[in-house]
Amino acid sequence: MPRSLKKGPFVVERLFRKVEKLNQMNRKEPIKTWARACTIVPEFVGHTFLVHNGKAFNNVFVTEDMVGHKLGEFSPTRTFRGHTTGTKAQRSVGSV
Amino acid sequence: MPRISGIDVPDNKPIRVALRYIYGIGPANAEVILKEANVDGTIRANKLTEDQIAAIVALIDANYVVEGALRRAISQNISRLRDIRCYRGDRHRRGLPVRGQRTRTNARTRKGKRKTVAGKKGVKALK
Repeated sequence: MPRSLKKGPFVVERLFRKVEKLNQMNRKEPIKTWARACTIVPEFVGHTFLVHNGKAFNNVFVTEDMVGHKLGEFSPTRTFRGHTTGTKAQRSVGSV
Repeated sequence: MPRISGIDVPDNKPIRVALRYIYGIGPANAEVILKEANVDGTIRANKLTEDQIAAIVALIDANYVVEGALRRAISQNISRLRDIRCYRGDRHRRGLPVRGQRTRTNARTRKGKRKTVAGKKGVKALK
């Protein structure tokens, strides 16, 4: 179920102020943040965030298309490198 | 054979059923359209008068996104998700369920036919 419109988007106040400050100074620098649940608002466009994924900070450069999504959507928390295809030799070793 | 919205030619079914052959029109939309156009839904599609068909076509063209346009809109939405490298886009790219369903079992619609892996638990029992 989507969030009630009455409340407006969930934006982490602190992060928003920080972005506004950078916008006023017309500067752009990466912002380190843990606020994965923060909605991306138009003011964020063009900024780079370092979004924590539980282990490291991932670079997220915000484009116009990302508005309305959450920061966390761009910083995956799981690693999956795929299953091994396994050559014939390996497979027979495995089944013995 | 009536032609409604491009190349769709549903024929000797009741019009409320025939309309559903248009991509983007389901049971609910079909009823709404017919009510708006003042056409009895149980009339066979090929028994409709020109005026009735014209009324239905006008309504669909004005208010509904159907067929090619709808397909295009959907694939654009998906490719937008892919392009911004977000989680949902990633799931589309990998052909896995997008809305948080489990993948340990089931999820066969997205994953396709089972690919049995040799040496895994239970494979020997299958022989």
